[in-house]
Amino acid sequence: MIAEKSQVTRQLMEGLQKLSSKIAFIPDEEIVSAIRQLEEKGLPNNKHEDYKYCNIESFIRREFKTLDQTFNPLDLKVIEAYKLEDAINLVVLNGNYSEALSEKVIAKGITIKSLNEITSSEKNYIASQAKSSSDSLIALNTVFCGNGLFFKVEKGNVIPMPVHIIYLNNNSAPSLSNARNFIHIESGAELTLIESFINSGGGKIFSNYVSEKLVDENAKLTCYTFQNEGPLSYSVHTNAVKVNTYAHYSNTTITLSGELVRNNHNIELAAASCEAHLNGLFITKGTQLVDNHTLIDHQMPHCESNELYKGIANGKSIGVFNGKIFVRKDAQKTNAYQSSKNILMSDDATINTKPQLEIYADDVKCSHGTSTGKIDMDALFYLKARGIGEENARKLLLQAFAEEVINKIEVDSLKERVLHLFEKTL
Amino acid sequence: MISIKNLHASIGDKEILRGINLEVKAGEIHAIMGPNGSGKSTLSSVLAGREDYDVTEGEVIFNGKNLLDLSTEDRAREGLFLAFQYPIEIPGVSNINFLRTALNEIRAYHGKEEMPAKDFLALVKEKQKLVELDVTLTSRSVNEGFSGGEKKRNEIFQMAMLNPKLAILDETDSGLDIDALRIVAQGVNALKTKDNATILITHYQRLLDYIVPDFVHILYKGRIVKSGGKELALELEAKGYDEIKTQFESSES
Repeated sequence: MIAEKSQVTRQLMEGLQKLSSKIAFIPDEEIVSAIRQLEEKGLPNNKHEDYKYCNIESFIRREFKTLDQTFNPLDLKVIEAYKLEDAINLVVLNGNYSEALSEKVIAKGITIKSLNEITSSEKNYIASQAKSSSDSLIALNTVFCGNGLFFKVEKGNVIPMPVHIIYLNNNSAPSLSNARNFIHIESGAELTLIESFINSGGGKIFSNYVSEKLVDENAKLTCYTFQNEGPLSYSVHTNAVKVNTYAHYSNTTITLSGELVRNNHNIELAAASCEAHLNGLFITKGTQLVDNHTLIDHQMPHCESNELYKGIANGKSIGVFNGKIFVRKDAQKTNAYQSSKNILMSDDATINTKPQLEIYADDVKCSHGTSTGKIDMDALFYLKARGIGEENARKLLLQAFAEEVINKIEVDSLKERVLHLFEKTL
Repeated sequence: MISIKNLHASIGDKEILRGINLEVKAGEIHAIMGPNGSGKSTLSSVLAGREDYDVTEGEVIFNGKNLLDLSTEDRAREGLFLAFQYPIEIPGVSNINFLRTALNEIRAYHGKEEMPAKDFLALVKEKQKLVELDVTLTSRSVNEGFSGGEKKRNEIFQMAMLNPKLAILDETDSGLDIDALRIVAQGVNALKTKDNATILITHYQRLLDYIVPDFVHILYKGRIVKSGGKELALELEAKGYDEIKTQFESSES
C-alpha cells in the first residue's frame, strides 16, 4: 500500500516537474519541506484521520491517470458572466493571476501583484501560515503553484467596494491547477473579498487552492467563497488564516457543485480579543462529496468564534462537517460556538458530522450542536394543506433552511446570484 | 358540499374511525363534539389527507369529487380548509410568502392568473383586520414565536385569505382566552356565506356560544352516536359525556 501511495505521488510529481519552473516566491526551505512531505507521506487517503471520508489519493488515481497542463483558449464570455457589477473583478486563470483580464483597481491603499513580483521582505510572509508539513495538499501546492496573487490593503484603509477574485480553470484534458494567494489586511484596514471558483473547457480538473490570509490588529476581512465548479471538478480549498488583536475575520462558503469539494479552513486566533465567524452551505446530489473541515485555534484570551454549517444531501451524495476547536491554556474567556445542521433528502445520502473540541483552559464558554434529519413532514403537510404542491412545498422548506446561511451574505449581487442558483439546484 | 359515508380509518392496527356518516350542505355549520379519544382529530386529519392514517372503508364526496382520491394539496385547491389544532411553526418561511404561494397555486389550479401584488397586499390588509392580527406577524416566519392565540388567529386569517368552501376547525377554541375566542369566532362568523360550510370540532360547548351551529353531532368511539340541533350541545354541557359513555358502552355490549 505504501509503495502504491508513493507511486501515485511520484507519477504526479514526474508528470508535473517538467512543466513547472522554479518557484522563486516561496522560501527555499519550504519547498524542501514540501518535497519531503510528499515523498514521505504521499497524498492523503482514508487512512489519515482528517481524510477519512475524502480519499484524495484514490480520486486522483481513478480520475487523473494522465495529467496535462495545456489549457484551452479562453472564452471571455465565461468570465464576463461571472463578474459582479458591484465589485472590483480580478481574474486568476489556471492558477495564474491575469492582470490583463482583471479590472483596474483605483481604490487607494491596495497593492495587487503577481507572486512573482513580490519583494524579498514580502517573501517572508509566504508559507508562514500554510505549512507543507501539516498537509500534503499544501505541499503539493507549494511545489507546483501557479503565479498567484499577492493582495494587500495598507494600514487604515477601508475599501468601500468588494473585491471579487474569479478563479477560472479552462481545460479540455485532465489537469491540475494549483492556485495560490496571499491576502494581507494591515492594521485597521477593512476589505470584503469574494472568491468564485469556476471551470470551463470540458476537462476534468483537480484544483488545489491554497490561500494564506493575514488579518492584522483592528483589521476586518469579510470573505465569501462561492464554489460552483461543475461535475468534472475535484477540488481542495485550503485557507490558512491568522487573526490578530481586535481583528475580525469571517467567511461564508457556498458550495453548489463539484464532484469532490474539500474545504480546509484553518484559523489561528493568535492574539487576544479577536474573532472569527465561519458559515457554510452546501447542496449535493448524485455521487458528490462535499467535506468541510474547520479548525479554529483559540490561542489567546477573550476571543470568539462562531460556526454555522448547513447541508442538503440528495441522491447518493455525501456531506461531511468536521469542526475542530482548540482552546489553549492561555485562551481564557473564550467563546466558541459551533452548529451543523443537515437535511437528508434520500435514503442513500450520507452526512457525517463531527464536532471536536479540545479545551485546555478552564474559564470558557464552548458549545456545539448538530442535527441531521429528513425534511420536516409536519411542515410539509401544513404547506400542502394550504394548497401548495409537493414540489413547491419542499422548495420553500429547503430555501428557508438555507437562508439562515445565505442571509449572511452582505453583497447584494452575490446574494442574488446565490439565491438564484441555489433555487435552480432544488 | 360534503358527504361522508361509512368512513373507517385506522392508524397501524388500531381502528379509530368506525363508520362515520355525515352530510354537510352549503350554508350550514356543523359541530362535532366528543370526549378525548373519540376520533375527532382523526376525522379532520383524514379529510385533510394526512398520510399517517389508512382509510379502510367508506367514501367521501366533496363537491362531486371523490375526496379520498385527491392529494392533500388538491383537496385544499378544491376548497377544503383545515384549521389546525396545533399550527406548525415553519422558521424561515414568511407568512406572506407562504400565503402568496398558496393563493396563487390555488388560482392556477382553477386556471386563474397570479394575483397582482397590489391586490394581494390589499387583501392581506383587509383580512388581517378581521382577526385583529398584528401587522408585524404577517411578515414574520409562519407561526414562529407566535402565542397560542396568535397561532389560532393566524389560522383564521389564512382561511379568510384562501376563502374555502368547507372549513374544518379542529379544536380552534383550545387554549384560547375569552377575548381571543371572541375574535376568532367573529372572524369565522364574518366569513360565513350561504355558499360555504363549516365543521367545528370541539370538546367544549363554549365555542358554540359564539358560533351557533345548525347541527351538533356527538362522536364516540369512532362513530356519530347522536345528532341534533344546537340544544344538544347545551344538554351535553349540563350532563357531561358520562351519560353518552354509559349509554353507548351498554348498547354496544
